[in-house]
Amino acid sequence: MKQRLDRNGIAKRAAKELKDGDYVNLGLGIPNHCADYADEGVIFHTENGAMGYGPLVSPDEPEKADFHYHDAIGRFWVPAPGMSVFDVVTSFVMIRSGRMIVILGALEVSEKGDIANWSTGGAHGGTIGGAMDLSFGSKRVIVTMEHNTKEGKPRIVKECTYPLTRKECVDLVVTDLAVIKVTPEGLLLREVAPGWTVEEVQALTGPKLIIAPDLKEIGL
Amino acid sequence: MRNKVFSSFDEAVADIPDGACIGMDSWAIAATPQNLIAALKRKGVKDLTVVTHCFIPMIFGEDKSTMPSVLLPQMKKLITPVVGIAHLGGTAFVEEYVEKGLEVEQTTIGTMSSRLYAGAARLGGIYNPVGVGTVVEEGKEKRVIDGKEYILEKPIRLDYAFVSAHKADRLGNTVYKGVFRGDGPVMAMAADFTIVEVDELVEIGEIDAEHVITAGIFVDRIVEIPEDGLATARKLRELIDELHSIEPARKLMFG
Repeated sequence: MKQRLDRNGIAKRAAKELKDGDYVNLGLGIPNHCADYADEGVIFHTENGAMGYGPLVSPDEPEKADFHYHDAIGRFWVPAPGMSVFDVVTSFVMIRSGRMIVILGALEVSEKGDIANWSTGGAHGGTIGGAMDLSFGSKRVIVTMEHNTKEGKPRIVKECTYPLTRKECVDLVVTDLAVIKVTPEGLLLREVAPGWTVEEVQALTGPKLIIAPDLKEIGL
Repeated sequence: MRNKVFSSFDEAVADIPDGACIGMDSWAIAATPQNLIAALKRKGVKDLTVVTHCFIPMIFGEDKSTMPSVLLPQMKKLITPVVGIAHLGGTAFVEEYVEKGLEVEQTTIGTMSSRLYAGAARLGGIYNPVGVGTVVEEGKEKRVIDGKEYILEKPIRLDYAFVSAHKADRLGNTVYKGVFRGDGPVMAMAADFTIVEVDELVEIGEIDAEHVITAGIFVDRIVEIPEDGLATARKLRELIDELHSIEPARKLMFG
């Protein structure tokens, strides 16, 4: 039976977008896993104030954990040679500098590249945090997410229904079914998961997809 | 030389009045000036405005880790980008206080830092591109500058800043450690009075001038954390061991 990519598969595909020397901030969830698959020379940023930090501390070595060294969601890492630390003002100027690639999770992405990822709406839907900052000013916004909700509804939609994080900022969407580029003409389907047809992916997607002439299978 | 060193946290916060606006950065455990927060709770001032990055419920007892949320009964306003954490019950812990009149102003993390810088530099406000086209712009002045849309955000000026740092000398020249730096440096500049709690008080000359992050001019009071204080190396180690023993926390915090 044909399968969707799992969360690690999505992360692995998205990580192929990252090259030696890129400065990258990873959002919560699937994006976090991209670090496991990225080129050695990719330099990771955490918005609470560090760049170029070392590997995560494994659960087998709690003695290596230190509250002075963790990422924005509290995952401990070890300091590494070449690392820098800075205050939050500097950290968010880095994000706005146009020098960084940001990989974000999302609830929805629209045809125009709008992203909704901070709130499911209503008074208790979410907390603002840094998502709006991360989607602004970076060199490139890549979204990783599951193609459909648990109920099977498309997360790639004509217009976002959840509160927006930012309008017209997403460049590439990597899901468990497809790799889709946001273009001025519309959403360009570039890759599909092994065994899936264009028609099947289209049926699970809101807006009409443009099919890339060199459409291929997602390669991991 | 004017003395900036205080021997107790209670003494260092003794003059803080009701209604004060206080910056106390916190990224959960990191960057949190726990001893000053605990002293402010003991003092019992009310109608406080608290400015912090991360406002989450008290996870452990106050003797293990004291978060800004321990001040909830004393607060009239909260300015923060992060209220609660989904897997710790979301915003439920602030709701009873909101019903009693607590005002919560949410702002993005980068916007809050920029507003603090504006407060520090005495700017009248900032035209901010973050949040354009979202709920953030509701009720705020917008302006197009050179073809781009911006939202007017007001500066945040603090009466007091509580800062958690690694070392300070007697003049107040301060260095931080790792992600404990947070918004400590900008809060120190945005406040009328800055109180720093440090792991270690050192003599003048021990901190290389090239390494000073917050210059002494911005530091009014310094308290060295005693061995039986909060956020000591021993207390932080015990917290890690406890978190490691709880499965959801271990999964979240370890790779």
